[in-house]
Amino acid sequence: MFRDISLYSTKPHPVARAFFGLATLAMTSVLIAVFLTTEQAEPTLRSMVQGAMSTSGVENPVTAVLLNFRGYDTLLEVAVLMIVATAMLPPAAPGPITRSLPAMTVDPMLAGIVRWLVPMAIITSGYLLWIGAFSPGGAFQAGSILAAAGILMLVAGHHEFSFNSIGARALLVLGLGTFLLVAIGVAMATGVMLQYPIARAAALILVIESAATISIGLSLLMFYGSVARLTVARSER
Amino acid sequence: MTQALIYSTGGLIVFGIGFYGVVIAAHILQKVLAVNVMSIGVFLVLMATARLPEGPPDPVPHAMVLTGIVVAVAASAIALWLICRIQVLGNTGDDPH
Amino acid sequence: MIELGFDVLLVAVIVLVSWLTLMGAHLLRSIVLFICLGLFVTVAWVRLGGIDVAIAEAAIGAGITGAILLAALRQLQNEPTDHSRGKTDKDGQDVS
Repeated sequence: MFRDISLYSTKPHPVARAFFGLATLAMTSVLIAVFLTTEQAEPTLRSMVQGAMSTSGVENPVTAVLLNFRGYDTLLEVAVLMIVATAMLPPAAPGPITRSLPAMTVDPMLAGIVRWLVPMAIITSGYLLWIGAFSPGGAFQAGSILAAAGILMLVAGHHEFSFNSIGARALLVLGLGTFLLVAIGVAMATGVMLQYPIARAAALILVIESAATISIGLSLLMFYGSVARLTVARSER
Repeated sequence: MTQALIYSTGGLIVFGIGFYGVVIAAHILQKVLAVNVMSIGVFLVLMATARLPEGPPDPVPHAMVLTGIVVAVAASAIALWLICRIQVLGNTGDDPH
Repeated sequence: MIELGFDVLLVAVIVLVSWLTLMGAHLLRSIVLFICLGLFVTVAWVRLGGIDVAIAEAAIGAGITGAILLAALRQLQNEPTDHSRGKTDKDGQDVS
């Protein structure tokens, strides 16, 4: 069934291309014209957020919006990451979550860089996670730095990750699971889902962000590992 | 010409370029790139309008763009994975697993 | 005034790089230009006051997306010779 699918398509006929180019130009001009003629709305959202910041538990307005005021959107976003990670799971391979390999064709420069950068990346990620409550930072930034460190380790060839092991699956689910538990738990306390009690808001946000950091890091790392198919290739040896 | 105007006009042009690229691009990898370029254009418009004349910027569009970046990387990853799978299945003719 | 000039220049560069990304035939060049576009856009986010978004765009938008794109390109270019689906080392030799 897939034999006929070609990843290269022929470029459209030049006339069709010119016509479509004109149509895109027209659409873009209409968009710009509409944008230039609409009036700037009253900045009510910002004043609403600033008025409610004292009840949010954090000082960074973006973190407050992400995890407190619009926490439901972030919950769905973590769910999207987990769904995509589930779709890209490699086939079942036995073994622990990570395994060290004897270095066969590893660049010594890369090995040295990994030795220095991965611990620094872990510390940076923890710093970004903690400082997200006061300054720019947060769970997504910290998780992506962890994923970048993992990609370095995968490329260096010293370690392999088994994303289908029990440990990896537990860590993938950890973020969404913690978020859901907190969401339902506070519903039992305050009556509304995702409505944190004000005294506990800061601690709950930190708990959610910590779990989400690990999950996001592992999910992003798994995106790379699945596309590079390093896990499958190695499991067939 | 305020700052918001410059960036949102640029964002709309980038959106148009991405839209043109989705249809015109020859290889399917370039189409995935074009969709990402379209999303960059949208983020430019969102962030530009979040810039208010005085004081700190509006944090709600910032949160929306953060969510959008993560969802865009997830969608690109699954699209690229599907492309590689199609390539593998097309070459060998059956599921190697 | 200088700041507006910088903004105009940055937007012009972003538009130009996004045009070059999609209008080339060379896939590797398109991907590398896309990573560059992500970094220019990071500077734009800093200019617009969104530091959280800038950190996330640099790490996720430019870094992770670029790495996945390069990995996919490698898979697509290696695949016709990769019947045993083994790994190829850095020189492209099949070590399966």
